[in-house]
Amino acid sequence: MSELFGNEPFWVIALKSVLIFVVLLVYTLFNIWFERRVVARMQHRIGPNVHGPFGLLQSLADGVKLALKEDIVVKSADKLVYVLAPILATIPAFLAWAVIPFGPEVRIPFTDTITPLQLTDLPVAVLYVLAVTSIGVYGIVLAGWASGSIYALLGGLRSSAQVISYEVAMGLSFVSVFMYAGSMSTSEIVEAQTDLWYFIPLFPSFVIYCIAMVGETNRAPFDLPEAAAELVGGFHTEYSSLKFALFFLAEYVNMVTVSALATTLFLGGWRAPFGIGQINDGYFNTGYWPLLWFFGKTLFFIFIFVWLRGTLPRMRYDQFMSFGWKILIPVSLAWIVAVAFIRKLKSEDMLDQQTLMWVAIAAGVLVLVTFFIPEKKPEPEPEPEEWDAFAGGYPVPPMPDSTRSES
Amino acid sequence: MTTFWLLAPVMVIAALGLIFARKAVHAALALAVVMISLAILYAVQGAPFLFAVQIIVYTGAIMMLFLFVLMLVGVDSSDAVRETISGQKLAATVIGLLFGITVVLAIGQTVSGAVVGLGDANENGNPYGLAELLFGKYVLAFEFTSALLITAALGAMVLAHAERLTPRHSQADIAARRMREYAESGRHPGPQATPGVFARHNAVDTPALLPDGTPLASSLSPSIVERGQVREGFDDDIDKVVEQLETEEQRDRRAGRDGRGTDGFGGEK
Repeated sequence: MSELFGNEPFWVIALKSVLIFVVLLVYTLFNIWFERRVVARMQHRIGPNVHGPFGLLQSLADGVKLALKEDIVVKSADKLVYVLAPILATIPAFLAWAVIPFGPEVRIPFTDTITPLQLTDLPVAVLYVLAVTSIGVYGIVLAGWASGSIYALLGGLRSSAQVISYEVAMGLSFVSVFMYAGSMSTSEIVEAQTDLWYFIPLFPSFVIYCIAMVGETNRAPFDLPEAAAELVGGFHTEYSSLKFALFFLAEYVNMVTVSALATTLFLGGWRAPFGIGQINDGYFNTGYWPLLWFFGKTLFFIFIFVWLRGTLPRMRYDQFMSFGWKILIPVSLAWIVAVAFIRKLKSEDMLDQQTLMWVAIAAGVLVLVTFFIPEKKPEPEPEPEEWDAFAGGYPVPPMPDSTRSES
Repeated sequence: MTTFWLLAPVMVIAALGLIFARKAVHAALALAVVMISLAILYAVQGAPFLFAVQIIVYTGAIMMLFLFVLMLVGVDSSDAVRETISGQKLAATVIGLLFGITVVLAIGQTVSGAVVGLGDANENGNPYGLAELLFGKYVLAFEFTSALLITAALGAMVLAHAERLTPRHSQADIAARRMREYAESGRHPGPQATPGVFARHNAVDTPALLPDGTPLASSLSPSIVERGQVREGFDDDIDKVVEQLETEEQRDRRAGRDGRGTDGFGGEK
């Protein structure tokens, strides 16, 4: 971790904070446009293309319109919590960006000040991101409760259950990264990926993280808290105008946050892609070039988000929960144990790189083969006759084991 | 120190709010404020790991509290303020005050001087220092605690587990049943028509109208039929519409509105 973190002059910190805020706002506007255009292309439409070049100003116009709309506070709302909820959802989304590394140390133009392209860093930076994003869930749950509407309440409850369950899987996928990097600070994790990006040795963690991050941000196909077909708008059904805009903003910033975290933890952070990074002794890893790679990589994840939304139908709620608890979490636990063993064996020199590679390839092939084994259909149970609860004159529940034999 | 004096009033007010709030959800929210402020105080005192863990653990815990409140107490019920045990308030106040004084005295006597050794403890970074303690000196206590928690979680699962009494209907089963019903009795396999929307009255107490104008009884919720709240008298309705149209037509004719004459659309004057 650089010595500069926490010891910089005030104006540098203020400048970086303001820049992060502005970049996130602009990136959100861009992402809304990007999502609409990409989804439109996937559905054989054109998408917004009128306002500004390529329709880029469309989201700005929409944002202004949204802010000028009538702000309705429903009668049965709990006023204080109703107003507090969108604020609680938005602020943590921005806070998480305090520890995201955008690049290496650079000189601020027109001055002699050298500063890392990262607001600050903590020894527990990744945990800090987990912590502040989990505060954001309060916003959603409280919005659901305070709206005084059943749809909103159901959306809020779904969201709390969903985010808590998927946060477990997400946290577990971080553990293997911590074990490899030997640190929880974001800048040190990026530093540790100089030679090898972690999505190669820690591929299962990467996959688990990618699934969990979609669940964590309430995006399709896991957008059950706002499932339009079931819950109207879910937790934000009763919100309008600027309050709704805040939820909208929070969702898109969260999307970028998890993408940036995935970039930092698994895709080498701001480091140039293989090939470009080797040119001219790593020239493209210095100065302001890394910003390009960083935003390119986050945009890649945003594209995946949009692609998923354009492709997959919404999951059923119970399937979604059982997928999280019965598959993601056990798999990540088993993977953590495996990673711990590999690390220990390697540090004791009992396992060389080649053996490990062959084992990994064999395991990968085995997993692939399992995809081709047709699922065994469960034996169709004999249709039991309808249980007549009133057979004896009183309503009686059936006995657990005698259901089939007696009736 | 500045942070402490900024946060201390917030925490005290939130803690008082936790006790005095009428609605259980407000109390839970106040608890969240106290916990997050506590986390910030940890961060200020050089314990960043504890800061993150405090927030992660307590947001989950308070979220569970929210759910318990919603499920056990109800969405918007408030606390009853009536005393159920006589003299409870007085007794609680006295005992609470005594407890508070004891705690203040005890803590005041043990940590009156300045705390030393923070630099040594955090020498290799805060997480390392903590890990050394947890997995070195206190490893047994740590493992026992985790065993205890796992036992508790398993116990809760066993208690909450219910034997399935009837066979489970999967989506495929339900679809098959619907098609069978369609084949046997001709019952429509898809979702039923929604009430109201296609009728003149956009309300749930109005049955949907079939193309020939007859109301479709099955589009209404059975509970509305049970309560006798079904809106009826559609024949009158149609008559009324016809009448209305006729009067409008007559009025138009009387006003001489037949293409031009008034300031209609595109009419020459």
